[in-house]
Amino acid sequence: MSEIKKFMYVNRKAPYGTVYALESLEVVLIGAAFDQDVSLAFLDDGVFQIMKGQDTQGVGMKNFSPTYSALGDYDVTKLYVERESLEERGLTLDDLLPLKYEDEDDDWAEKDSIKLVSREELAGLMEDQDVLLNF
Amino acid sequence: MKFAIQINEGPYQHQAVDSAYQFAKAALDKGHEIFRVFFYHDGVNTATRLAVPPQDDRNLTKLWAELAEQHNLDMVVCVAAAQRRGMADEDEMKRNGKDANNIHPAFRISGLGQLIEAGIAADRLMVFGD
Repeated sequence: MSEIKKFMYVNRKAPYGTVYALESLEVVLIGAAFDQDVSLAFLDDGVFQIMKGQDTQGVGMKNFSPTYSALGDYDVTKLYVERESLEERGLTLDDLLPLKYEDEDDDWAEKDSIKLVSREELAGLMEDQDVLLNF
Repeated sequence: MKFAIQINEGPYQHQAVDSAYQFAKAALDKGHEIFRVFFYHDGVNTATRLAVPPQDDRNLTKLWAELAEQHNLDMVVCVAAAQRRGMADEDEMKRNGKDANNIHPAFRISGLGQLIEAGIAADRLMVFGD
């Protein structure tokens, strides 16, 4: 299987309350082994998945947000966050985890994985994909 | 066209399992190919052979099993999602030291890599869910 396809994981739901976010992340981690062109999109309540300072002690669930910080090591380096979804929820980039990766094509310089995009830009990115996995 | 199908919602609770079945049936009737059907999230519950829906209602496990038999479909249940929800075949039962299993023989348990592989191999991956 040498063909490389563009895979986008579309995350629309809050991290807790339903299992979608956790099981989406499990697909991303397994899928990273397939050397495809992978990106993640966070929109609607999905932006809450990558918020800083998550504390799940009160709800008795596992806080899996630290796993997002490992995505860079899996060569998952394109995390598109929809600007309108952030704004609608009173959030800014500063509220999100500082997710980074080391760019092997640029002397391993540390770069931000999160890219803020408009709703219109995200629609265009989705249009470019071969496979959209919606969670 | 070569389709792959992903089902993300549980049977009866949600129409996704029905819609995916109707889509698969229609696509096969038109001569298209289904590379794989991948059951994820609560979709894995479709694979239980122990469900007993009322007699005047559809039996989704049976419908999928019959379709799979007619068309030699590869129906895969995600192992990680299955383990969380108490879905096991005989191997998984033994591996996890459990005293029962419940997977219908038309389905097989395997990993998430099968979903990614289906996305690569198929012309279109159809996701049924919310």
